[in-house]
Amino acid sequence: MLSAFVDALLLQAGYNAALVAIGAALLGIAAGSGGTFLFLRKRALVSDAVAHATLPGVGIAFMLMVALGGDGRNLPVLLLGSALSAGIGLLAVEWITTRTRLAEDTAIGAVLSVFFGFGIVLLTIIQTMASGYQAGLEGFLLGSTAGMLFADAVVIALGGAISVAFILVLRRPMTLVAFDPEFAAASGVNVRRMDLAMMGLVMAVTVIGLKLVGLILVVALLIIPPVTARLWTERTERVVLLSGLIGGFSGYVGAALSASAPHLPTGAIIVLVGFALFALSLLFAPVRGILAALIRRREFQLRVHRRQGLLALARNEAIFDGLTLSVLRREGLIRQDAVATEEGRAAAAKTLRDESRWAVARELYEDAAESARYDGLAPIESVLTRDAIAEIDRRLGPPAPAS
Amino acid sequence: MGADFVTLSLTPLLIGTLAAIACALPGNFLVLRRQALIGDAISHVVLPGVVVAFLITGTVSTWPMLLGAAGAAVVAVVLIELIKRVGRIEPGAAMGVTFTSLFAAGVLLLEQSDTSGVHLDVEHALYGNLESLIWFSGEGWHSLLDPAALADLPPELFRMAAAALLISLLVVLFWRPLKISTFDEGFAGAVGIPTTLFSFGLVITAAVAAVAAFDAVGSIIVIAMFICPPAAARLMTNRLELQVLWSVAFAVLSAVLGYVLAGYGPLWLGGQIAVSAAGMIATVSGVILALACLFAPHRARIGAPKGS
Repeated sequence: MLSAFVDALLLQAGYNAALVAIGAALLGIAAGSGGTFLFLRKRALVSDAVAHATLPGVGIAFMLMVALGGDGRNLPVLLLGSALSAGIGLLAVEWITTRTRLAEDTAIGAVLSVFFGFGIVLLTIIQTMASGYQAGLEGFLLGSTAGMLFADAVVIALGGAISVAFILVLRRPMTLVAFDPEFAAASGVNVRRMDLAMMGLVMAVTVIGLKLVGLILVVALLIIPPVTARLWTERTERVVLLSGLIGGFSGYVGAALSASAPHLPTGAIIVLVGFALFALSLLFAPVRGILAALIRRREFQLRVHRRQGLLALARNEAIFDGLTLSVLRREGLIRQDAVATEEGRAAAAKTLRDESRWAVARELYEDAAESARYDGLAPIESVLTRDAIAEIDRRLGPPAPAS
Repeated sequence: MGADFVTLSLTPLLIGTLAAIACALPGNFLVLRRQALIGDAISHVVLPGVVVAFLITGTVSTWPMLLGAAGAAVVAVVLIELIKRVGRIEPGAAMGVTFTSLFAAGVLLLEQSDTSGVHLDVEHALYGNLESLIWFSGEGWHSLLDPAALADLPPELFRMAAAALLISLLVVLFWRPLKISTFDEGFAGAVGIPTTLFSFGLVITAAVAAVAAFDAVGSIIVIAMFICPPAAARLMTNRLELQVLWSVAFAVLSAVLGYVLAGYGPLWLGGQIAVSAAGMIATVSGVILALACLFAPHRARIGAPKGS
């Protein structure tokens, strides 16, 4: 299993598997970086409607080809059909959202279920059509790489490469539009055209991914990598880049994994590799991760305890809370028997003084941003200017002598 | 409309109709709350739940499956909330991450486990087996009065009827708080309605409808019925009471017309086949929605600029 996986990773598991892996990687890069624009526009789920809307097109293209005496399994023609019906689905979503009072999520749900339902009707017709055409169109639901033709793999790899090139050319205006449409319009970018290009890209990725990942799961390639990348960085260009890398990695590793053992469906494995990256990121990302949030919470807690402890010291009150005591002890502010050290007395006096300074500051800057920033934890010097503090001290008078 | 109809079509027709009603009722509130895609998400995650239940119990029986599906729905809702809150990710994307991953896990589990001996596959999960819910003992209309024959009705019928009844009762019982918290959450909170509880309860109700309907009719109908009839009804009226009635009417119409068209339509056209009833019901509901979008009296957005 492991050696088979390594073989597949190194593209040694047969010509076909290698092509699939390269195609999946290119598709992953295109989907990941293209999906970022969709995600930043907060329209991630539109891709779900687009993906489901491909099914009737596949069915109709197949029936047309058979009616014209062909084989019906010509992948480029099937993909062309799916792109057309995906486009109609997309237009339907736009039309419902702009022309009626229904919201976009309703439009998405309606289009995806109705187009998919109609596609299933067509599939059941095809299943009972002229025998011998067991078309394997069900493969488009969940993707199937078993017995993929060389020509099909080339179509996928080529389509992925073209999509990546498309993104490279248009990344600047698209980033601008995704980040701030008004600013983009003001600086001369045609927002409407960029939106169209973005949707075209989503459609292209969906259609190319149909054979490999299937129409139900292909949206995952457009959604999971951008969301994962977003956890790591706040900068748009980096989200696009990182998301492309994550998508490419999921595609490549997923395809290799599924080639290394039986009963590992390619589409599902690619999605799950992506999800594993997402889960790791959600745990460990520096700012938005669960671990970071827990650490922040703990630090906040410790700061509150430190301040409360110092205030208690300054006011000669006894401290009973175990955490407060241990925080103060660790910093050498109190001795083992809870009596303040020299350092502790100084810090306590400073904390008390800052409390009185803040009381004055809140009166002085009643409506200003400065008093909104008061949480009792930030040192006053980091919030107010030295002059402002001097002014407050003048009003407060000299510090009270230590008792 | 003789004995054949009772044997072959009566129960699927009833089950389809009940499933449509059970989904359309909570769908009204989901559409108004802009949570329409929750139904989509839930019906995807039903698959891993059912597969896990099968792996644990080793059989395809009703209660473990329902429990597994319900459990998966709860896991999905919790996961979506977690991603939204902790990762500060917008709801749509959080939903997309969750339901695709869970669905992929379901597909993988299904491939890995040996389900050759039982009727459990992805296609079944997607478009159910409405046509196969035949009432073998129903030999004619008189069978409706025959206790022995009635005992042989497909269990899905009773399950679906119970779910539809439960959901109707819940909607009637909690009508006022549900209505108020749907339209004005702030006000609802101010008059003491536990809004968080209600929005969670609504999602759970939707999950119950989805899970009960999924086994008999598959997830396509579930998603379509959650959204299309309520959306079409929304364009017919400005009153919630009427909207709910319209949505039930549209749901029943879609189910009956869809089933009849799927079963008999091809025959009328001279074919010898029947097409997927689930797909046809979804298609009919889409046609109804399209007609409503074009002609319904309240289709326009109030205050929207004309001709845009």
